[in-house]
Amino acid sequence: MLSVALRHRQGEFTLDVGFEAPPGITVLFGRSGSGKTTIVNAVAGLLTPDAGRIAVGDSVLLDTETGLRLPPHRRRLGYVFQEGRLFPHLTVRQNLFYGRLFAPRGVAAEDPDRVIEMLGIGPLLSRRPGLLSGGEKQRVAIGRALLAAPRLILADEPLAALDEARKAEILPYFERLRDEVSVPILYVSHSAAEVARLATTIVALDAGRITRQGPAGEVLSDPMVLPTGIRAAGAVIEAKVVSHHDDGITELEAGGVPIYLPQVPQAPGQVIRLRIAAQEVLLAREAPRGLSALNVIPGVIDRVRTGDGPGALVSLRTPAGPVLARVTRRSVETLGLAEGVTCHAIVKSVGIAPQDVGRARALSSD
Amino acid sequence: MAWLGPEEWSAVALSLRVSTWAMLVSLPLGVLTAYALARWRFPGKQLLNGLVHLPLILPPVVTGYLLLLGFGTQGPIGRALEKIGITFAFHWTGAALAAGIMAFPLMVRAIRLSIEAVDPRLEQAAATLGAPKPWVFVTVTLPMILPGILAGAILAFAKAMGEFGATITFVSNIPGQTRTIPSAIYAFLQVPGGEGPAMRLVVVSVVVAMAALLASEAISTRVARRVAGT
Repeated sequence: MLSVALRHRQGEFTLDVGFEAPPGITVLFGRSGSGKTTIVNAVAGLLTPDAGRIAVGDSVLLDTETGLRLPPHRRRLGYVFQEGRLFPHLTVRQNLFYGRLFAPRGVAAEDPDRVIEMLGIGPLLSRRPGLLSGGEKQRVAIGRALLAAPRLILADEPLAALDEARKAEILPYFERLRDEVSVPILYVSHSAAEVARLATTIVALDAGRITRQGPAGEVLSDPMVLPTGIRAAGAVIEAKVVSHHDDGITELEAGGVPIYLPQVPQAPGQVIRLRIAAQEVLLAREAPRGLSALNVIPGVIDRVRTGDGPGALVSLRTPAGPVLARVTRRSVETLGLAEGVTCHAIVKSVGIAPQDVGRARALSSD
Repeated sequence: MAWLGPEEWSAVALSLRVSTWAMLVSLPLGVLTAYALARWRFPGKQLLNGLVHLPLILPPVVTGYLLLLGFGTQGPIGRALEKIGITFAFHWTGAALAAGIMAFPLMVRAIRLSIEAVDPRLEQAAATLGAPKPWVFVTVTLPMILPGILAGAILAFAKAMGEFGATITFVSNIPGQTRTIPSAIYAFLQVPGGEGPAMRLVVVSVVVAMAALLASEAISTRVARRVAGT
């Protein structure tokens, strides 16, 4: 468990935050300039805040009240930087084991063979970083952080410098890290898709303050945390793969509600996370008939939010989990959409974009 | 080397010895100074920078005379060192001191440039992986600035081989003791019939300078490739 309380001024910008990061991936989420990197650098000891206290478990890393400030090399954290920062003069193997040289003896560390296997970097060991692709570099950087036997892993937008294909290559490794490694991870991101896939806990930031924090499912169903506004709003639900049909459709099940998706690679029995974008959801007061959409989820309206524009955001409680729908204010009035009203969410199956479909933690570990 | 007379050979051997010592002794000091100038902030930094570069700008004779004042038999530093058995005045060590000081700015410049080219974020990364500061320097900074250090060392060696003005002013032109190649060429040209020996020493100078240059190129391309991580 990481606990952070910080106050820091940098010119016009003031950071004032306090949060706790339980095991799993805690995502610091917000647009650039919201203070995410400042927080991570303060935790790493690369920046000393004006005031604050940072502790991992029982060990205090920083306490400005008592004047305690551990230097970066004594904090035992693994930092995965945006640009990898591999040592160019060392081989991949030497990079991986660099932190191990300095890790205190007798500390339970990850088994190197398992880490190398998990990250798929075995064939790269004798190469030098200059010859690796962006994705390979980032995998080595993850391994290097992990093998330093850290108490906590920090990742500052580790995918931001990669193209879409490379992102898709790295994301599963962070999921494995979250699900298979006991080290908590503090992960900085401004991508809603990344957050939906990875986060166990979310700390949403705006202009140096926390706007919302809590378990991922809860926070994500609140569209107001999204820095990009209603347009990018979406809900996350967990669904279990039931079977693959012959016509290329995969049947899933979420809270007793069947969900059909075009071909999902996961095997039956596996649980995956689905992100349903609010603008891909239509609402109907009665069960629709003669409709091409495959997925219709019944639910009860939780809340209707309207802003200055013509749009409105409707939150639905359904057996499958929270669902968000973006409709017009006119529809809200004509259909009489209000809290407590029963209605049906029609999800265009094409609306469930492949990059939003991710693997969730096994249900048993929750 | 049969074609060199004993007097000429003595000048060549002395020059090599003086330049090697000048380079080796000033190297650690040069790395430290370059690191301080590149990375640290401290009062008097500009003063140190000026002091290091002074021999490059002053007439060599002036540098030599200042050395004589400071390190000569009557100089305050010279007398203090005399007591613990270190002599510079009219001794080959004095020639090495003069050559080292004259070559120092070139060495520091080369090393400083290579330190400024090292990405401090790599050093931060090493720190987050648990490396204490001295280890960060040894395992990350030092290997990455190795080309600069080698270039600086070779440059300093070549400069020391050619040093004349400060050396002759400080420690004179004593055969076998302080008569390095440039001093010997100068001396030969002062006497009738000295053109032959002078010419042979000129050839040696050119060969040594070329060899140093080629070695420096070969080493730095090799090291640069290694450091670039390819």
